[in-house]
This record gives sequence, C-alpha cells and structure tokens, in this order.
Amino acid sequence: MSAQPDPGRQVALSVNNIEVIYDHVILVLRGVSLEVPDGGIVALLGANGAGKTTTLKAISNLLHAERGEVTKGAIEFRGQRVDRLTPNDLVRRGVCQVMEGRHCFAHLTVEENLLTGAFTRKGSRADIAQALEKVYHYFPRLKERRASLAGYTSGGEQQMTAIGRALMAQPTMILLDEPSMGLAPQIVEEIFAIVGDLNARERVSFLLAEQNTMVALRHANYGYILENGRVVMDGQASDLANNEDVKEFYLGLSTAGRRSFRDVKHYRRRKRWLA
Amino acid sequence: MGFFFEVLIAGLLSGVMYSLVALGFVLIYKASGVFNFAQGSLVFFAALTFVGLMEHHLSFGVALVVTLLVMIAVGLAIERFVLRPLVNQPQISLFMATIGLSFFIEGLAQLVWGASVRGLDLGIQDEPIAWISDRTGINISKFDLMAAGIAAVLVIALALFFNRTRIVRALRAVADDHQAALAVGIPLQQIWAIVWAVAGFVALVTGLLWGARNGVQFALTFVALKALPVLILGGFESIPGAIVGGLIIGATEKLAEVFVGPYVGGGIEGWFPYVLALMFLLVRPEGLFGEKIIRRI
Ligand SMILES: Nc1ncnc2c1ncn2[C@@H]1O[C@H](COP(=O)(O)OP(=O)(O)OP(=O)(O)O)[C@@H](O)[C@H]1O
Ligand SMILES: [Mg+2]
Repeated sequence: MSAQPDPGRQVALSVNNIEVIYDHVILVLRGVSLEVPDGGIVALLGANGAGKTTTLKAISNLLHAERGEVTKGAIEFRGQRVDRLTPNDLVRRGVCQVMEGRHCFAHLTVEENLLTGAFTRKGSRADIAQALEKVYHYFPRLKERRASLAGYTSGGEQQMTAIGRALMAQPTMILLDEPSMGLAPQIVEEIFAIVGDLNARERVSFLLAEQNTMVALRHANYGYILENGRVVMDGQASDLANNEDVKEFYLGLSTAGRRSFRDVKHYRRRKRWLA
Repeated sequence: MGFFFEVLIAGLLSGVMYSLVALGFVLIYKASGVFNFAQGSLVFFAALTFVGLMEHHLSFGVALVVTLLVMIAVGLAIERFVLRPLVNQPQISLFMATIGLSFFIEGLAQLVWGASVRGLDLGIQDEPIAWISDRTGINISKFDLMAAGIAAVLVIALALFFNRTRIVRALRAVADDHQAALAVGIPLQQIWAIVWAVAGFVALVTGLLWGARNGVQFALTFVALKALPVLILGGFESIPGAIVGGLIIGATEKLAEVFVGPYVGGGIEGWFPYVLALMFLLVRPEGLFGEKIIRRI
C-alpha cells in the first residue's frame, strides 16, 4: 500500500480497500484505503459526491442507518477489526463521528446536547462535570450559550456543540465531516484552530472530510483525495497543497495552461495503477 | 354541591384511565417522535389474549404472566422487524408503519382468538362504595376507584423509571435525531426495544381495565382516539402531561355532559374533549408540558 501518512507514528485507524454499496445496488466506494496515525490529523478531500461522508460512515458504522453496507475490505482500529461493531461499541472504543450538517438535538439546550455525548461513559457525576468544564474551556462560547436551545443557536455554535458533544465521550479519534460547511471564514478558522489544539493537547486524532481543500490542508498533516469512490492521490499536506493538479482542480488556482479535467483524471488513475 | 363532587370525582377517576392510555403513546413518542397509531391495537390484542387464555382454563395469575410475556415479545418483535429497518427514515414513514402495524395486530388478534365480544371479570364490582355514600352522600364506583388506583400506581412507577435524567435525555435525543443519537453512542435499538416492551405492558394493563369496563371487543382499539385530546392538552412527550391532561379531559367531559349537556340536548361527552383540545391547540400548540416547538434551525 502506498498510503503511509507518518511512518514514525503508530497506525490508529486503517481502512483497507473497502467497497460500499447502498441499497444493495449503488456502488459508491470502489476500494478505498487510508490510514490515520495516532495523534495525526488526516484530511479526506474531494468534490461533492466523491464518497467522503460514506467513508466516514463506513468507519463509524452509521452506514446501516443509511441502508449502506461495507461489502469488501476491512477496517481496523488499533489492530482490531471494527467493521461489525455497532456505533455504540465504536464510541466506547474511542471513535466518534461528528456528522456533516452538525445534527445537534434541536430541542435540547447546548449543555444537554453536550451531556448526551457522555451517554456511554461510566464515570461519576464529578467526572462528567469535569469533562463538561473541559469542553467549555475549549469552546468558551458554548458556556455563554449553555442554556439556549441548540435549535436557536448559530451555525458556528452548532458546529462547536457537535464537536463538544463528541468530546464528552472522551474519544481518541474524531471523524469530523465538513466542519466548515456554511460557515463564515473567521468561524472556520476558529474551529480549525480548536481542532489543532485538541489534537496537540488532548492527543485526539482526526480524520477530517472537507471540500474546503485549502483550509483543510493547512491544518492537516496528511491528505487523501477521493474521486468517484477511489483514492486518486495522497501525500503530505504541504506537498498536496503545492501540487499543480490539486491547485488547479481543487483550489481553482492555475499556473500552467488549462488542461481538460478528463486528461488529468486519466493520468492520475494510470499513475495510481502503476504505483 | 354533593352532586357536583360526585360528577367531578367520577370524571377524575375515568380521567386516570385516559392518562393510562395516553401514557402508552407518550412512551413511544418520547423515544421516537412518532404517534404510535398501533397502541390501541396493542390494547385490544393484550385484552383478547388474556381473555383467550382464561377461556383455556388458565388461572388468573398464569394468564396474566403469559400475556405479559407475549406483550413483551410483541414489543421486541416490532423493534426488530418494523422499526430497525426504518431507523433514520422520515417520521411520516414510521407513522405509516404504525398504521400498518395496527391493522396487522388487529387481524392477528382476531385470527388467533376469534372476533366475538367477550366479558372480562377482574372480580371487582362496579357498585358505589357504601362506606362513602353513607357518610357523604356521594356515590363513587368501587371499580372506578380500583382501576384509578392501579393506573395511578403504574403511571407513577413509569414516571419514576423515566425520570432518570440520563435516560430521559437519551430518549429526547433519539426522538430529535436518530442518526445523531447513534453517532454519540446512544444504543437506539436497545432503547426502542425497552420502550416498546414497556408500551406492551402498559397496553396490557389498559386492556384489562378498559376490557373489564366495556367488554373485550374491537371497539377497544378506539381507546386510542380517546388519548388524542389528552395528548394535545398535556403534550405528546410528557408523562406529567399525560396525567394532568387525562384528569382535565376526564373531569371536564363529565362536568360538561351533566351541567351543560341538558341545555344542548346532551351527548356532548363524545365530542367535548376534541373541541377542548382544538381550542387548546390554537393557544398552546405544544401542550401544557410538551417540548417547545422550534421554528428555526
Ligand atoms: N443513503 C444513500 N443511498 C444511496 N446513495 C447514496 C446515499 N448516500 C450517499 N449516496 C451516494 O454516494 C455518493 C457519495 O456520497 P457521499 O455523501 O459519501 O459524498 P461526499 O464526498 O460526502 O459529498 P459531499 O461533499 O457532497 O458531502 C454520492 O453519489 C451519493 O449520491
Ligand atoms: Mg459529505
């Protein structure tokens, strides 16, 4: 396998050539492999419908609720197969997904939302209160809004609530799906900065699905680019950010003359095939 | 004045029975955000099963236990075969599924036990309690008082069971967003299985009390319709709401029948609760204790 995000660190999550089919007929992932090292931030990039969300849901096993199924390949977390576990089991093991579109519980207050995240925890009241304080430490804004119904908070606050809610389960890995969606650039920066902080100080690893390639590559260590349910390119975040094709097709920047999208796609596929 | 109280008390007692019915709905609503159309059928099914077993010469206790086990099994089966495939589907799909389910359960009950009307004797007489009538001149039915007592115990037990904040929060979360609840590690399937099994148990108690009062017959399924105004009044997801709503509906419908009825030719008991609920809906659509309706996301 060519995917080796960081040879220096232990692999926490490894996805091995998985194929995902929705409704028994719709083939969406056609062999995706990737790795997330312990303590890393890995970006999963690609256009609409490339399969980013599907990959994350395959890992967290929320796919069942979407009538999807992993039909080939294997997913391992810390050396153990996890593809048959329920989302509940996965959360207990430390893998928690923050879904695209936030999905806060609208009728619960911000604080109640956070507390739902502690459902799997066995800890005492004091432990949970402490975890709550920690979330408020990272997201001071949530503390101000703690008593508001989540349905009435802003998009940025909802995104923070969703991440905070996942943190309450004390995960070691967060699958973060499009945190930047629909948010103003400043808020996006604020959220990514906190993600970086959580990674550095709490040692939470992140697998980050993003369409916002530029921002994602700035905060990630490593990146994978998905196209049509396949990984077409991967590399160190800085390399990808400087790669001409990535610049042209995902960042909309171009130095060379425009080439046809099809050519490049073909060339990419060939290259991967030979590798 | 004595007569007024007699009517009021009779109303409150029948109100407890409404609360009981409403409770079955509240449980499911709390855990999935869906009005369980099949609750009335479960009530019918439970009562019919119990009476059917009694006809096979099982003792009261054995029949009760067997019926309870059957109802729990039915609850678990519903979770496994109807709800699980519908996780994360729009709530209208779940609602439609409960409609289908209600026809299936009604059909099944009649297929197994036949469709004839049966009596159910719980050994409590429906007669005024002499002790009270002698002293105060107010007639209170022994049966109504017992039924209300049993219902009250059940309602309180459930209120306590579902009052642990962690569970309540999880239920509310599930009702709000199935997938997000799964994502934070709430075991949706176990929660649904428990709640449906409990709803089956509530249906059994309801079926016995209502069956003893009105006979075990198909009309028991319409008990569900009685719960609707109670739920609108009290709020669909609130146990205290079901209790208070039931009492209000029970009391006001009897009072209205007795004191207003004569002026309009009587028979208002049948529709009065719905009008009350309708008026309430205009003022406070979420009910007395219901969750606030969120108008922007
Ligand atoms: N539940 C589903 N049933 C059938 N097809 C689905 C389902 N969910 C996603 N798909 C299809 O799978 C493909 C990949 O979708 P996915 O949501 O994984 O893409 P994505 O990369 O996350 O896109 P976006 O950036 O728009 O979120 C799309 O073609 C989509 O139509
Ligand atoms: Mg997506």
